[in-house]
Amino acid sequence: MSHDNISDDKLPDAHAASEGHGLPAVADDPFADPGLPAHEPRRTDIDERAAQRAERQVSLLFVTSMLATVGFIASYVAIKPDKLVFIFPLGHVSALNFALGMTLAVALFCIGAGAVHWARTLMSDVEMPAERHPIEADDEVRADVIQQFKTGAAESGFGRRKMIRNTMIGSMAMVPLAGVVLLRDLGPLPEKKLDHTGWIEATPTAPIRLVNMNTDEPMKAEDLAIGSLTFAKPGPSASRPNGLQDSDEDFQQAIAKDALMLVRIQPQDLKDEKSSALGFEGVLAYSKICTHVGCPISLYEQQTHHALCPCHQSTFDLSDGARVIFGPAGHPLPQLKITTDTEGYLVATQDFTVPVGPSFWERSA
Amino acid sequence: MSSSPSTTPPATPASTRAKPANKGEAAADYLDGRLGIYSLAKANLRKIFPDHWSFMLGEICLYTFVIIILTGVYLTLFFKPSMGEVVYNGSYAPLDGIRMSEAYASTINISFEVRGGLLIRQIHHWAAIVFVAAMFVHMMRVFFTGAFRKPREINWVFGFLLLCLGFFDGFMGYSLPDDLLSGTGIRFMEGAVLAVPLVGTYIQMFLFGGEFPGTDIIPRFFTIHVLLIPGVMLGLLVAHLILVFYHKHTQWGGPGKTEKNVVGMPLMPVYMAKAGGFFFLVFGIIAAMSAIASVNPVWAYGPYRPDQVSTDAQPDWYMGFAEGLIRVMPGWEVRAWGHTLNLGVFIPLMLFPLVLALIAAYPFIEGWIIGDKREHHILDRPRNVPVRTGLGAAWITLYVVLLIGGGNDLIATHFHLSLNDITYFVRVGSFVLPIAVFYITKRWCLGLQRRDKEKVLHGRETGVIKRLPHGEFIEVHAQLPQATLHSLTSHEQPQPLELPSEVDENGVARKVGLLTKTRAKLSEGYFGEGGQIPKPTVEEHQEITSGHGHH
Repeated sequence: MSHDNISDDKLPDAHAASEGHGLPAVADDPFADPGLPAHEPRRTDIDERAAQRAERQVSLLFVTSMLATVGFIASYVAIKPDKLVFIFPLGHVSALNFALGMTLAVALFCIGAGAVHWARTLMSDVEMPAERHPIEADDEVRADVIQQFKTGAAESGFGRRKMIRNTMIGSMAMVPLAGVVLLRDLGPLPEKKLDHTGWIEATPTAPIRLVNMNTDEPMKAEDLAIGSLTFAKPGPSASRPNGLQDSDEDFQQAIAKDALMLVRIQPQDLKDEKSSALGFEGVLAYSKICTHVGCPISLYEQQTHHALCPCHQSTFDLSDGARVIFGPAGHPLPQLKITTDTEGYLVATQDFTVPVGPSFWERSA
Repeated sequence: MSSSPSTTPPATPASTRAKPANKGEAAADYLDGRLGIYSLAKANLRKIFPDHWSFMLGEICLYTFVIIILTGVYLTLFFKPSMGEVVYNGSYAPLDGIRMSEAYASTINISFEVRGGLLIRQIHHWAAIVFVAAMFVHMMRVFFTGAFRKPREINWVFGFLLLCLGFFDGFMGYSLPDDLLSGTGIRFMEGAVLAVPLVGTYIQMFLFGGEFPGTDIIPRFFTIHVLLIPGVMLGLLVAHLILVFYHKHTQWGGPGKTEKNVVGMPLMPVYMAKAGGFFFLVFGIIAAMSAIASVNPVWAYGPYRPDQVSTDAQPDWYMGFAEGLIRVMPGWEVRAWGHTLNLGVFIPLMLFPLVLALIAAYPFIEGWIIGDKREHHILDRPRNVPVRTGLGAAWITLYVVLLIGGGNDLIATHFHLSLNDITYFVRVGSFVLPIAVFYITKRWCLGLQRRDKEKVLHGRETGVIKRLPHGEFIEVHAQLPQATLHSLTSHEQPQPLELPSEVDENGVARKVGLLTKTRAKLSEGYFGEGGQIPKPTVEEHQEITSGHGHH
């Protein structure tokens, strides 16, 4: 087993430099490898006093680490968690976090610094070569292993007894299906869930009021100033007598689809008739959920009627049916048809006509 | 197979080994008899490791991983991975009385109630940021020095998988607190999943256990974050390290260094002290960062609500290039036959792994082009392989341009630039800039090769000006020492592949496949005339030095 002897054809020759061009060998090659340079002693190698100084420095670092650990424990016990302290240039920071962090940092860093300093000054720094062995086995080993494998394969009859082989492959291929089936109950099927929002309960006979997100009050058109942006949610309905409340168990799911953005624009500024007809006296109710990947849109420029999603900067022109004018969104924000009830409050009488939020494969609109 | 039970056992000694000299040796003997530690230590205790600062980058990855595991275990003792709703009544007054998930509430408690909890949380997060950064830089080191060549291609893949898993575990980790920022990140992920054709809505429902956000995603992310991904990573990490030991470390060329040796200092004691100490240095520095620099102050963002968002929402930096892809992509949507194909989101979703796969596949592509089956243990200087270096620089450029796209809002506000202009710049720049950078880098490398050649042939400028008898001024050049001459000339210069002649020896036209032609073309690009500067030969050197000695 000449495993340790590396054969030249498996390794590039380090001296290829001077020989690689098929030139005659040069007697005194100026590029030849002069071999490892001689070791240059450090000060601590030749001066015992320097070595002792290094020893003291290493120990000092280790002692500092010990003191810092004591400091860490003391800080943990002594400092109240809510105490703030002014530290230049950080400003007011948590005293406990700062003290624990800095003492821990010193305790750890000094161990590291001590160990590295020890290695660099006092441990031998003589560079020495070690041989490399080829990763590949030699031909003899290779032939031997292949022969062993063939023997094993022949003894198993795997190649000869086709019925065993095929049924085994079949069973191994099928058994993971059990695991796949088990994943079925991870969640429900999509069905039409993404097509509707909580506004689906609104009908002309049972309209749902639009309720101000902040005040929890219904709104009239005159409550909304021209150029203002108001966030709204569904008011009382058959299934939610108090309207959508953040104490509702499914509040997060509901608001992820029902959230509205109300704007009031001078009717003569509206460029899209269809959109204008869905509104009431210039009040338009758009879905707040961006059609790109679902961030809530929250920035509105009243002069230009542009709404901007702060996540990926999709920009919609709310005076033009929320047309996408910039950014990665693929279609306009869905608009909710609104009107007023007998008391003059803004209401919805039907759901969005298209799914809100990011688009998906089954989305047909 | 013993004989009758009545006979006494033979009084032969259990082992012929010499008596241990002390208790330490006795303990080692005990373990050796059961674990075979002597054979293991024989090859490894005084194993030689070469020294170079760039070899520490991988160590930073290893140590930050250990720090993340240690602090992560501590955090699980206090964190509650639940989306059950509670009303907060803790010591952080601004959130008093606000509804939030238990996940968020317990994160607030870790930050304000548990003494040292904030420190550990910040160490965990900072270490994760440094971990991914160190993996990137380590990967770049391996790339630009050609350390991925045979026999290390598989280990390159292990490292690449660790990087990808690091991305995802980081993403899941900062999603767990269920704060306004991280919830926005999960919402983005939901939108991206929905964009997958055919199965998007099914994946979304199965992932979230229903409609977004549901109550399952945080507990599910928690299990994946603390168990599944770290488990796989630990396995890959161990395999990565075993291969580093088995292959022995690569080294820089130079006097005394060959493909058949490794020159350096022994594991015990030098690298035990240096590498062991370096763990504490890394840990200490990250602890100091966590003491002075706040990271992810979730209490300031508030709990997640799907209808609220903060401006300049950004993922952690390593997800920035994916964010860039999603931000600058035009909103293409194809609607037909009652279906929607959301290319504006789906294309970035596919480009994200593709950008990474480009660099992952590189060693195999280069290996195929060069057709070199030998082992390589001496590192390439980046200048000596200009095409590879150029491609690496181009890849980094693409990454950085996309990162700029991912932070377009921050760049717009900080530098008072138009956000739209930045987006247009990124759209064009991600195609144009990598190509430009490739050519610049390649020419730069060739220039450096020319300079090396010049130095070898004409020596180093001494700064001494001499006036010749006829009045000419010259600068005296000094011959480089042999060690330097060797270092500058010992690298290989592969020659481009040659296509077999059009006709074979019998004059019959030979069919050369398209693949073979492409390979020859690429090989010409790598090592042909424009790909490298022929290094000085001994003859050239002798001719010049035997002459008048300078100029």
